[in-house]
Amino acid sequence: MITIQWLYVLAGLVFGAFAVLSARDPANPKRLRNTGFWGLLSLSFLFGDLLGDLGNGLLVVALVVVGGIGGLGLGRPATTTPEQRREGSSRWGNKLFLCALTIPAVTLFGALVLKEIEFGGVPLLEPKQATLISLGMGVLVALAVTSALTRPPPLAPLQEGRRLIDTVGWAAILPQMLASLGAVFALAGVGEVIGGLAGDYLPLGTRLAAVVAYCLGMAMFTFIMGNAFAAFPVMTAAIGLPILIGRFGGDPAVVCAIGMLAGFCGTLTTPMAANFNVVPANLLELPDRHAPFNGVIRAQVPTAALVLLANMVLMFLLAFR
Amino acid sequence: MGEGSILTLLGIAVVVVGFMARINPLAVILAAALVTGITGGLTLPETLAALGKAFNDNRYVSAVWLVLPVIGLLERSGLQERARALIGRIRAATAGRLLLIYLVFRQIGAAVGLKDIAGHPQMVRPLVAPMAEAAAENRLGPISERTRFRIRSHSAAVDNIGLFFGEDIFIAIASILLIKGFLEQNGIIVEPLQLSVWAIPTALAAFAIHGTRLLLLDRRLKRETAAEAALPDAAPEPAAPELAR
Repeated sequence: MITIQWLYVLAGLVFGAFAVLSARDPANPKRLRNTGFWGLLSLSFLFGDLLGDLGNGLLVVALVVVGGIGGLGLGRPATTTPEQRREGSSRWGNKLFLCALTIPAVTLFGALVLKEIEFGGVPLLEPKQATLISLGMGVLVALAVTSALTRPPPLAPLQEGRRLIDTVGWAAILPQMLASLGAVFALAGVGEVIGGLAGDYLPLGTRLAAVVAYCLGMAMFTFIMGNAFAAFPVMTAAIGLPILIGRFGGDPAVVCAIGMLAGFCGTLTTPMAANFNVVPANLLELPDRHAPFNGVIRAQVPTAALVLLANMVLMFLLAFR
Repeated sequence: MGEGSILTLLGIAVVVVGFMARINPLAVILAAALVTGITGGLTLPETLAALGKAFNDNRYVSAVWLVLPVIGLLERSGLQERARALIGRIRAATAGRLLLIYLVFRQIGAAVGLKDIAGHPQMVRPLVAPMAEAAAENRLGPISERTRFRIRSHSAAVDNIGLFFGEDIFIAIASILLIKGFLEQNGIIVEPLQLSVWAIPTALAAFAIHGTRLLLLDRRLKRETAAEAALPDAAPEPAAPELAR
């Protein structure tokens, strides 16, 4: 059986390669920080299960100290020039899109077909993680196809990957950190407290009221946190699971999928979501880029409000069939 | 634990204050986790252990970065240039229609897992915003600063909206995996495909809503430019700043 561990080993090796290649990049003044950060992440993927809970906690602290305080630098791996890229674009043409589409194609194939294959009662893929394992296979197949087409230097995939991961920087682990914070919130009962408050102050007696409260809660809590990932576990533990799914028998897949998208409506309205709302205002040199609610956010607010409303209607209609 | 008091909400306060003070989010999250654990009755080592266990259990959220070497390899071979050539061939006459085409491209791209082929630095600044501005100028003549910045704001907004309401249709996106993990912790097993299917209705609604707004944007730009042209004081500035390149 192919388990998620295989994927973690692969990720650990790739992050390890980023760490080693960063150390040898003289163009990056903070290269040792980058090496430390990607190295620690590599350690987590390769040996996380052996470190123990406290060991992993200290690893998180180290990641925050190395990557969050002081920040990472931008590596300058050798890549192609704009001229070479234009040349490649006309040389390989739309085959480049085919290579890129290999990843989702193989992922879908794995999730739909390979997942069903068994050998003597043992499934080929670890059932709970079939999609992610398939994604890993999609990456490997796409890598092979692209390499066969473009014949890059051997280190090119890792160097190009490092170029991209450095532009993401410490934010690469932000979703994982927010998911972990959500787990700590859940352990400390934050969801219950908010749920208690919501229960005290919001009328949740009817299906419709509960749907409105959950969607609105997702959007508002996401506005505060800047990320629907952090709001989701809290609001779902508070209202989604006990009331919409537990009391009213809503379909968990519908409630959660649409609830997350209600949170995204909050993301569109908050300066806390810096990546999406603040960075582009700077990139586009908007005159109001330092205002809390800049032009990008103002352009998004009407759509966010209407899509939030649509989410409430859709959840109400689809979750309780 | 589990019987949280109102004090456990201090962690949320830490997040709000930390973000408002523009402290690095990783440090803010760590601080919020420590405050939450300790006000929730845990010792410092217990809190660290809880955070560490959650971090280790959630590694699959960061495993999606495995796609970067392939995407980078394709970029080095000219994928972005190819995408630009493809979009450049679509002769859109107005800013709104051009942004609508980009909305389609962005939503579908994200839905098939290609959320990283576009984005603000790669697509919006070098390509989408200048193209939308040029389309408006072709149609309306010189445009004012206010109109120009409105178009730029909408260019950035389209990227976000297309991404947000497209990406959850792809089964291996972090938010879908987060939902799956959360439900699993609560004893409910769902497959990512079940979740991503239910992202489709909202994707269609968002497309209808924002697509309509983009078409209305054309009218608004026209009205705005006509009104400004009628006022000599508010004459358009022909020397509008190009994006510094």
